[in-house]
Amino acid sequence: MTSRAARIGVREGDGGRGGAAIRIALALVQTGPVLILALLVIAMSVLSPFFLTGRNITNLGFQTSIVAILALGQLLVILTRGIDLSVGSVIALSGVLGGIVAGGSAAGASSGHGALVLLVMVGCGAAVGVVNGVVLVKGRVMNPFIVTLGTLSIVRGAALVFSDAQTVTGMPPAIQWVGTGKLGPLPVPTVLVLGLGLLVWGMLTRTQWGRWIYAVGGNPEAARRVGIPVHRVLMSVYVLCGIAAGIAAVLVAGRTNAGSPTAGQLVELDAITAVIIGGASFFGGRGSVWNVLAGALIIGVIRNGLNLLDVTPFWQSIAIGTLVIVSLELDVLRGHLEERLRAAQAREDPL
Amino acid sequence: MSAIPVLEVRGAVKSYGAVRALRGVDLTLHREEVLALLGDNGAGKSTLIKAVSGVLTLDAGGILVDGEPVDLASPAAARLAGIETLHQDLALFDNLSALQNFFIGRERRRSRWLGRLSPLDERAMAREWEERLERLEVRIPSAHRDVSVMSGGQRQAIAVLRAVAFATRVVILDEPTAALGVRESRQVLDLVRRLSHEGVAVLLISHNLEQVMQVADRAVVLHQGRTAGEAVPTPENHEALVSMIVGATPTHAGGEPA
Repeated sequence: MTSRAARIGVREGDGGRGGAAIRIALALVQTGPVLILALLVIAMSVLSPFFLTGRNITNLGFQTSIVAILALGQLLVILTRGIDLSVGSVIALSGVLGGIVAGGSAAGASSGHGALVLLVMVGCGAAVGVVNGVVLVKGRVMNPFIVTLGTLSIVRGAALVFSDAQTVTGMPPAIQWVGTGKLGPLPVPTVLVLGLGLLVWGMLTRTQWGRWIYAVGGNPEAARRVGIPVHRVLMSVYVLCGIAAGIAAVLVAGRTNAGSPTAGQLVELDAITAVIIGGASFFGGRGSVWNVLAGALIIGVIRNGLNLLDVTPFWQSIAIGTLVIVSLELDVLRGHLEERLRAAQAREDPL
Repeated sequence: MSAIPVLEVRGAVKSYGAVRALRGVDLTLHREEVLALLGDNGAGKSTLIKAVSGVLTLDAGGILVDGEPVDLASPAAARLAGIETLHQDLALFDNLSALQNFFIGRERRRSRWLGRLSPLDERAMAREWEERLERLEVRIPSAHRDVSVMSGGQRQAIAVLRAVAFATRVVILDEPTAALGVRESRQVLDLVRRLSHEGVAVLLISHNLEQVMQVADRAVVLHQGRTAGEAVPTPENHEALVSMIVGATPTHAGGEPA
């Protein structure tokens, strides 16, 4: 019986020699961001003797941390075919509210209860995430670009209203420590990025919820058909993205010892850029934490390196913009290669 | 046949705006039975199976499982009731591996108390995958490869297996051999046969009357949202079935009436 077992879709079928070449090309595309980062680091260290110094590397980790944390949240959203434009505004509102709770004023008085301030700031991010998620899921709009474009404006406006358009100076020591402190040789923000990266990676690759996030992005209709709670998955990624923005707000507030209603403008675009350079697909369902962190570092290395080389900042934007387009093309190339592989597979193993 | 049907649909009515897709369809499916659902495009087959698989809800009428009325309000509810569906579009996830597609929505977890954030038990899933495929006498060695790089036949096979492996009462197969060659089609049909002997009922939708005659015990024909008739699919009844499908003779041919 077993010998004439129904052999459905049997043979391993690597698609022959052509298949092997395509497979290697595919693997190269998938490790693209890390390769680009490695090349950039090599190039920068050849061109500038200061680049690879311990101090500069520490500095780089510190500078990249805010974009990196935002990018982790943004990755979750982009995996589900979404986008969250409101994170920059969250940094402003969260900072302002944190400053007010800390008892700071435009005059600049610093006081205690760091834990409460922390809770308010991260909670503010989560609350905006809930609003984004609810409007998206219940509002039957299903267009995250427009929904979060709306909250971008509303949240920024709220920050201006609550602060009377004034910077609220004075953050508790705990918040300042998160933004500027050190844990051993490493800046706290860098440790935070690594810790959060590990957490998000664990959730995405090792838990059922993480797998469902990929499933919802890969095929939303199929996700519904196999009984995945699509709406709850969507809600969760916007809330988590909001929480990430709240944590980024803590870093900004700690570093500047203030909550500014104009903080974080356009930083949402940096976060999205990091995710795209990090090889995540804008069409959903594909992307990894480490590649996205590499993406954030690529932006950092380009800015930092070109600064060291005394190149005008204008070239930084041209370089980063070019990389965004290259990354998008790589994603298209990936789809094309998979198509070729599938054809090779079918030829070799005609079912 | 046992007295209580494993699945019964009573007076199913469903409209899409002005279009009346189902105008009161009755259907009974018994344990260990392979029932073919036939009908032209637009006859209401898809709507009926979508209702049974929980993808849409009926405007009127009821669904009974083992004689008990059930509310199949969602695909998850249908799955819980032991009804699995192979959709025509396969409902696969290109970005996930064969094994991940197989277990999607029912992944095994290592501990209870973290719920859906508990670590996945990859080893248990790999083991269960082997066991289930062995029981179904099927092999798919490329378990960890993304289905996006698999051929049409392999994709179809994975989707069929997912539906078949987890069904405890009813498995609905919507054109299960659409992307398969002759040999593989036969293997799927063998699988359908074997399933029906294990106590699971099969609801088969197919345009291929030859296939239906090979595996089905009974055929129900829908025409313009109504039950046009039913027959035992044999070569003698071939013509009668065809005329029911095109709507020529709305009567019962052969077999005993429902």
